[in-house]
Amino acid sequence: MNIRESAIRLINRIYCTLKKYRSGDDLFTKKIDAFFLEVVDVHKFVTRFFKELFTKPFEFKEIINQCYQVGFKSVPLITLTGFVIGIVFTKQSRPPLVEFGAASWLPSLIGIAFVRALGPLVTALIAAGKVGSNIGAELGSMKVTEQIDAMDVSAVNPYKFLVVTRVTATTIMIPVLTLYCTLVGLLGSYLNVHLNEMTSITAYFESAFSSVSFLDVYSAVFKSIVYGFTIGIVGAYRGFNATNGTQGVGKAANRAVVFSMFLIFAEEITIVQITNWLATL
Amino acid sequence: MTDREVVISIRDLHKSFGGTKVLKGINLDLYRGENFVVLGRSGSGKSVLIKVIAGLLKPDSGIVNVLGLQVDLLSQKDLQALRLKLGFIFQSSALYDSMSIRENLEFSMIRNFRHLSTKEINIAVDEVLEAVGLREKINQMPSDLSGGQIKRIGIARTLILRPDIMLYDEPTAGLDPITCTEINELINEVQRIYNTSSIIITHDLTCAKATGHRIAMLQDGNFSRVGTFAEVFNTDDISAKSFFDYNFIN
Ligand SMILES: Nc1ncnc2c1ncn2[C@@H]1O[C@H](COP(=O)(O)OP(=O)(O)OP(=O)(O)O)[C@@H](O)[C@H]1O
Ligand SMILES: [Mg+2]
Repeated sequence: MNIRESAIRLINRIYCTLKKYRSGDDLFTKKIDAFFLEVVDVHKFVTRFFKELFTKPFEFKEIINQCYQVGFKSVPLITLTGFVIGIVFTKQSRPPLVEFGAASWLPSLIGIAFVRALGPLVTALIAAGKVGSNIGAELGSMKVTEQIDAMDVSAVNPYKFLVVTRVTATTIMIPVLTLYCTLVGLLGSYLNVHLNEMTSITAYFESAFSSVSFLDVYSAVFKSIVYGFTIGIVGAYRGFNATNGTQGVGKAANRAVVFSMFLIFAEEITIVQITNWLATL
Repeated sequence: MTDREVVISIRDLHKSFGGTKVLKGINLDLYRGENFVVLGRSGSGKSVLIKVIAGLLKPDSGIVNVLGLQVDLLSQKDLQALRLKLGFIFQSSALYDSMSIRENLEFSMIRNFRHLSTKEINIAVDEVLEAVGLREKINQMPSDLSGGQIKRIGIARTLILRPDIMLYDEPTAGLDPITCTEINELINEVQRIYNTSSIIITHDLTCAKATGHRIAMLQDGNFSRVGTFAEVFNTDDISAKSFFDYNFIN
């Protein structure tokens, strides 16, 4: 029996068990039904992405356009946030290190913190708020105003034009933004270190990267690819399945943000565990 | 009429949502070159009917044949090919509001006829804009247009693919009487020039009278009366009469 079969069997068993506890009114059962139907829906939506990603025709032009929308337009916000976090984090970390006489470790502490956690996470959370809600709202309003149906009946595959392009764009651009955010954060941190300890920029960066391993970098890149995909696919799914007019559009945007942030934290925890385990090998 | 080619044939079509039955055994034959008007009150299932024809909704039971193909059994690829021959004008027009009028018009054409050069596409865009009389709007955005102009662009967007069948969902709803008349003329002109067969959904009797060769009233999930305008409304049938009176008195 393969993994897929046993997973289906497990889900089925949970489903049946839950159904036994149904209350007098059928609301509870209905909610369970809705939940499992949604799981199936999500599964279909995600597998469809990989299927359509590799079939012609490709929408290269639209992917570039979306990369611009996702990447370039998030730069100001990422710059500000990364820079401020760099400064603040350094400022707040100094006193305890000074207490132990370890102020010279400050750059490498910041380096590890930004590469391993802050860079990917801050970028992903900001992008979930900015890009994810944007995708959810845009596709949601296209859905409720029948623009997606209009594409369908004019013989253009709306999934390909709207979903594949956006998810590809976030999957490519979030890692790039993560790299950028890490660098800007370290620059902010350098500014603070320079003002306090008069460290030169080369010495600072040498020290910052001295404790960063290749595994850290790989894991950061992998993480941000996963986050990028999550943000794109959740936003697109919510938008594509929006209902109930303008109210539904707001809901789609809102759910896109909440759900992708939740997933990002869950993924962060999982990937950190795996990385730690790999590091001990 | 019976010797003419049937382009859409529907047999015993049923469709319900949740517990409510919307369509209960619709039968329809649309002949080539014919304008078939479907009248009915709000919520009677008119939009659902043409969405089923275009394959946007799946029928619960019954057979929907378009140009000899059973819509709900087609593969994605065959359905796309069929849809190139169908022009669907949405109740809300559904123009792509992030794209200019030109991009709206060429959107499907660029993707479905990849061998065409930019010049050929531009010619096609100009031609349909000319047909709906809005040539000067080519570089504007949908939000810059009036309701009637939006309807026209909606029609132009489907015309560019040279469809055999046009499905109009309330083309004149919410427009002033003069603009309505213009749209009606446009519908007739399209039928003449492009030789299309059309299903026109409306609850506007002026539109029905001006455009329809045959008229059907959709009531309680079924066509209650089918025939020419005179046949449908020269009657003592209460529901037809009240529909008629309501339209012309108000
Ligand atoms: N996707 C859907 N899900 C659930 N119910 C639907 C759906 N589409 C239509 N309905 C229901 O089907 C019925 C008929 O809807 P339809 O849109 O066809 O009405 P209509 O005749 O076009 O009315 P109008 O003149 O107001 O456009 C309505 O009661 C509506 O609530
Ligand atoms: Mg309708």
